[in-house]
Amino acid sequence: MNNNAQKFQEDAARICADSTHRQIIGTALDKYAQGRDKKIAEFQNWEQARESAAQIKQEGLDDMEALLRTLTKKLTKRGTHVYRAPTGADACRIVLNILKQNGAKTMVKSKSMTSEEIHLNEALEKEGYRPIESDLGEFIVQLRQEPPYHIVFPAMHLTRYQISDLFQDKLGSEPTENPEELTMIARKNLRREYVQADVGFTGANFAVAETGMISVTENEGNSRLSASLPKIMITLIGIEKVVPRMQDLSLLLPMLATVGAAQSISCYNTLYSGPRQPDECDGPEEYHVILLDNGRSRLAKDSTFREILRCIRCGSCINVCPIYRNVGGHAYNATYPGPIGSVLMPRLFDLQTYKHLSFACSLCGACRDMCPVKINLPHLLLKNREAASTTQPKFFEKLAFKAMSLLFNKPFFWKWGKRMGWIGQKFHPLIEGSVIDPAQCWTATRKAPKLKWKSFKDLWKKHSK
Amino acid sequence: MNMNTAPGFKEILSHAETEYQAMIRQFAVKSAELTTRFFHLFGVEEVVRTLKTLAIQEKWKSLASHHTTLTHSLVDSLNLPALWTDSGYATEELEKVDASITLCDAMIAQTGSLFINSRTCGGRALSILPPHHIVLATPEQLLPDLPTAYQHMQDKYKDNYPSMMSLVTGPSRTGDIERILVLGAHGPRKLTVILVEKLS
Repeated sequence: MNNNAQKFQEDAARICADSTHRQIIGTALDKYAQGRDKKIAEFQNWEQARESAAQIKQEGLDDMEALLRTLTKKLTKRGTHVYRAPTGADACRIVLNILKQNGAKTMVKSKSMTSEEIHLNEALEKEGYRPIESDLGEFIVQLRQEPPYHIVFPAMHLTRYQISDLFQDKLGSEPTENPEELTMIARKNLRREYVQADVGFTGANFAVAETGMISVTENEGNSRLSASLPKIMITLIGIEKVVPRMQDLSLLLPMLATVGAAQSISCYNTLYSGPRQPDECDGPEEYHVILLDNGRSRLAKDSTFREILRCIRCGSCINVCPIYRNVGGHAYNATYPGPIGSVLMPRLFDLQTYKHLSFACSLCGACRDMCPVKINLPHLLLKNREAASTTQPKFFEKLAFKAMSLLFNKPFFWKWGKRMGWIGQKFHPLIEGSVIDPAQCWTATRKAPKLKWKSFKDLWKKHSK
Repeated sequence: MNMNTAPGFKEILSHAETEYQAMIRQFAVKSAELTTRFFHLFGVEEVVRTLKTLAIQEKWKSLASHHTTLTHSLVDSLNLPALWTDSGYATEELEKVDASITLCDAMIAQTGSLFINSRTCGGRALSILPPHHIVLATPEQLLPDLPTAYQHMQDKYKDNYPSMMSLVTGPSRTGDIERILVLGAHGPRKLTVILVEKLS
């Protein structure tokens, strides 16, 4: 077992046992699930919506390079600077160059998981720049100097009391238990930053090739501010986010809001095609769009795994995952947690470093059933497991599986096995929890139900006579 | 208008009214859910009265807008200092106003949304920086659903799009603290939509 896998197991065990944490996450996820189901029910045909959305995104992938060329051409024509960054380090360098050339110091950021993926903040801080997260959840976790807990709800693991303490400590604000007052404290602090910032930075949800536009979805309005006030605007977007037509958004945007945040549609869905135009009164003088590859074009050529690039980062697979619900967002120690992350992290980065995540899955299939673009996540997790296993199974493991197959295939052995279990269980308390207990790894944290001498089948036979 | 694009989306998405009065009712219902204030008014006089009431209720000291015949006559009758973004402005000044008044491209009954843009709605900041955004719309701008709205924007601007087009649905919001809804995260805390009939 490598260090990452061991750390994951330790963190997961520790967090699972934290009942306060479980309660916070459980409440948040349950609240989300109720709202989401109501919004799904508003669609006239949700299953067809998933089918069409998967088709649109697949079309985008199949034709990705041609669509990116059209996108680039159209954006450039409107005065946008478009870059293609092969790696995360390249993208960081491009951002740094833009800041340097313009003598910029501060950069206000709106939410971008892609920037988390390439560790942009660290790269900027190392060079003495100050990136300020402006999405409320991101602002909170940045103050705590920790990564986002969830790709859509970064501060889901915190209570209002913890946030109040944090604001008192870092911003010198008065204590309050009111989420509205807490939000206003952040708003006031960030407004100051917005008015002064040299650069506004945003992530993106889609790129429309047909019209050459970047589509940004948000609720707070911080991306709109990033795109309005500073003199320079930068957008970082993964190349897999390109879709063919503007009309595709009329389906994708309500779906993203429905499963992402239990809304019919997000508050602001904005299309950007360039910097301030001659007939406009404000907006950035320069607009820079960075198209990030970072392993995506390699993945697009992989016939098994390419479907993972359909992902629209709604987080719905994370929200329904029983593992995530128990171990939480930080145990994964990965930019993208939950099912999507467990497939994506080993594929975008290093298989050996992240392979253990593919085993953090009960193969229940809830993620596949919820995915708005119909990615078969459990199948891909199995494929990851297959690719990751470098050793043959142990002799003892093989023997155990042989015995199990015998037990399941012959009714006589099954019956005999049950009786042996009944007898064996009588003696179990003598060794329970000790090193010689063969069931130790199960009974350490749970209690086995008592086996009965007479099975359901026996009783059925007796009573149906 | 070309209604043949995106076959099927209309049958997949949530139900949308298509008849004018029904669209108004649906927009009103959606607005109530979103906490958007929605007024359906007749003639400029009614709009002036409504805005005056809002100005008194919310104690407006100044407001911002962009140059059009309609906004001029409304702002003039309010007798408040006004900032006109399309004449050039300082961010600090716009940050201080109590409300902004803009036009829009479209109103969408299905979702209670509006389309605004950076060219004909006073720029990018006017509709996001002030705490109360008031949108004026006319009857022909009321559209049934999202596919029609995107088609409308494509037909209207063809290959000469404004640099920003925003689909706005309700006032700015966040649920980042314990998933509890708070209005006015970064953008306007209040959104008012006024559909005006019989303008002339």
